[in-house]
Amino acid sequence: MYKYDQYDQTIVDTRVEEFREQVARRLAGELSEDQFKPLRLMNGLYLQLHAYMLRVAIPYGTLDGRQMRMLAHIARTYDKGYGHFTTRQNIQYNWIELKDTPDILAELATVEMHAIQTSGNCIRNISSDQFAGAAADEVTDPRPWAELLRQWSTFHPEFSYLPRKFKICVIAADEDRAAMRLHDIGIQLTTNAAGEIGAAIYVGGGMGRTPMIAPLIKDFVPIDDLLSYVEACLRVYNRYGRRDNIYKARIKILIHEIGADEYRRQVEEEWAHVKTLGLDPPRAEFDRIAAMFAPPAFDAATPDTLDRSDPDFALWVDQNVKPHKQPGYAIATISLKPVGGIPGDATAEQIELMADLAERYSFDELRVTHAQNIVLPHVRKADLHALWQALDAAGLATPNLDLISDIIACPGLDYCSLANARSIPLAQKIATRFSSIERQRDLGELKLKISGCINACGHHHAGHIGILGVDRKGTENYQLLLGGSGAEDASLGKITGPGFDEDGIVDAIERTVETYRAVRTHGERFLDTYRRVGIEPFKEAIYG
Amino acid sequence: MDDLLRYRDDAPHEEPAVTLDAFLGQTNATAVRLESDEDARALLPHLDRLSLIEVSFPAFRDGRGYSSARILREAGYAGELRAQGDVLVDQIALMRRCGFDSFVPDKPLDPAAVERALGRYDAVYQKAADGRTPVWALRHG
Amino acid sequence: MKIATGNDLATGDVVWWDGAGWSRHVEDAVDVGDGGAALIAREDAARRVNGAYVIDATETPHGPRPAHIKDRIRARGPTVRLDLNVAPADAAAGSWVI
Repeated sequence: MYKYDQYDQTIVDTRVEEFREQVARRLAGELSEDQFKPLRLMNGLYLQLHAYMLRVAIPYGTLDGRQMRMLAHIARTYDKGYGHFTTRQNIQYNWIELKDTPDILAELATVEMHAIQTSGNCIRNISSDQFAGAAADEVTDPRPWAELLRQWSTFHPEFSYLPRKFKICVIAADEDRAAMRLHDIGIQLTTNAAGEIGAAIYVGGGMGRTPMIAPLIKDFVPIDDLLSYVEACLRVYNRYGRRDNIYKARIKILIHEIGADEYRRQVEEEWAHVKTLGLDPPRAEFDRIAAMFAPPAFDAATPDTLDRSDPDFALWVDQNVKPHKQPGYAIATISLKPVGGIPGDATAEQIELMADLAERYSFDELRVTHAQNIVLPHVRKADLHALWQALDAAGLATPNLDLISDIIACPGLDYCSLANARSIPLAQKIATRFSSIERQRDLGELKLKISGCINACGHHHAGHIGILGVDRKGTENYQLLLGGSGAEDASLGKITGPGFDEDGIVDAIERTVETYRAVRTHGERFLDTYRRVGIEPFKEAIYG
Repeated sequence: MDDLLRYRDDAPHEEPAVTLDAFLGQTNATAVRLESDEDARALLPHLDRLSLIEVSFPAFRDGRGYSSARILREAGYAGELRAQGDVLVDQIALMRRCGFDSFVPDKPLDPAAVERALGRYDAVYQKAADGRTPVWALRHG
Repeated sequence: MKIATGNDLATGDVVWWDGAGWSRHVEDAVDVGDGGAALIAREDAARRVNGAYVIDATETPHGPRPAHIKDRIRARGPTVRLDLNVAPADAAAGSWVI
């Protein structure tokens, strides 16, 4: 894991003191809300429905037990005893008091954490593959590059007032576990014929009211030129992205309007210039960072076998545990989606327990996933049963990874001032309707994603089944979308037809999955069936 | 020019800045004003005869001027580069990094607050137009 | 009726104009008639409230009920965490909101 040196620590500490002054100026009346708003947003502080909300960055979703324990401490001391893990691998606190925020940030800084650029029209937290460093299919660990990008993007002088927010994702495997092509810039590390590492650059993806899958802009950027190439991508956007209409200000609209070819041409021209400026750190800096992401001291002698005699344990292993590149080890996902629970929420006690378990069983490492779950990336197979027992005792062993109850949901109208409809109660109803784990497993991989408004924080466009909450004459109404995917086979869902009320949408989902069961061929996922038969049989079942 | 903040040793430029169109249409102006939607690269052939380039910030959210400034500095422009408009104290340090060396904010800024903002961060992560050494270079100095 | 609501500047708590100050309880809200904008300007300038606005509400025997679900959720708290509601003991909070 990356460890701050004196420079990193000083920068974060300085930011805390700067924000402390900004908050003091606001509380003293020297700043109006209009003036303060952009300043607080640059530091992840929103004013939501019930209170201020603070979003804390978890860079590329990686953290250690000490950091996780601090997140629990913040939840208990300054909030109401829980936190919400987000689809951008961050954590949000819903009940923060403005006057406490400088102290919270000061506490976070003691464990090398911050809220820098978790909001605002700037480069946001860099996201990555939650299995980085553990997955067998990666060409390299993407996180050192994500860390380089984190540093480069922090207080970037030219790109702090972009037309709109800007999200970058870095992965290094063909299987896309991070919705890479739904980012403003998606980077896939890869190798060329000569075996050298480079980056495929996708630009202009995103969700929101105009969802787009990012087109490939350059298939191979030599890795030492990555930052200057990204700098060129951003400069073209900063200069020519639309600023006349907030809904058309994301880079996806620019690329859609001028075309990927013209955007590529402009970036190439800019890059030819930018490359000469010496903006890219030397390889020695990459090596310094990469050394901190060296694989942990795996035990080569640990057995590669598993005792599956406990059926509940075996079920959890089958669903939530994935193969590790190191024999004898496994990747365990902790579901934050218990039936009837709030997707992504965890209590201070659960957060602390996960910190303990990471220290005990996973080389002190945890990951946050964009699907709002937690991963212990390096668990000895011999320890899995003990881990499962500890999780089960705390209500953290729901064996539903990638099943219909593993729902991504935005906070919705229960918390968010932008929302038009509630998302969480719907997630709870759906999970309850499909609570039988046998039924869920029969339905197989089924990614259900709910957004409470068109901003699409709940990734509904990318759900195999997506739900969009809207306000229909003052009442909540839910539209159903089918066929989206945020994975390597990225696609955007299609709306089936007229929307439903809360109970109606749950019934519509039931008819949808029963249609799938009736027409699927052996081994076919819901998404595959949908792609094969199209939307019509589903529409017929839902509305017919 | 009561509200001019200036970080240069030479004498302030007296001649009023002309519009980009007017500048490109005549040969003797030495000061030009660049609107936020105008292309800074149009000035690149003429940098050696310019003493002042004023870049407009019609709203603090409009960040195009940051790119304009860097483009001009990257091309070697050494004259005065002025940010004019909705320039806020919390932006001055970023603007300095992009190469601005004078400021005419719409609303006057507290000089002490400006000084504090400019001196706040000892270290920077990126190489930009202000010549500061990024931490990656300090680490491997 | 028209009532005024916002958030406390320092704590962020949802508050309602009760005629003399800002209350945590929507039941205390009073009709501001056409005076909402002036009230908000004055209170905002005095830093007693943040992000205030005027909403429609109906008068009920138990006090004002905001017309829009968003403000009813603001008045009570998240419908999914009734334990965190402004009046957690109120068993009818859920049905009042919806």
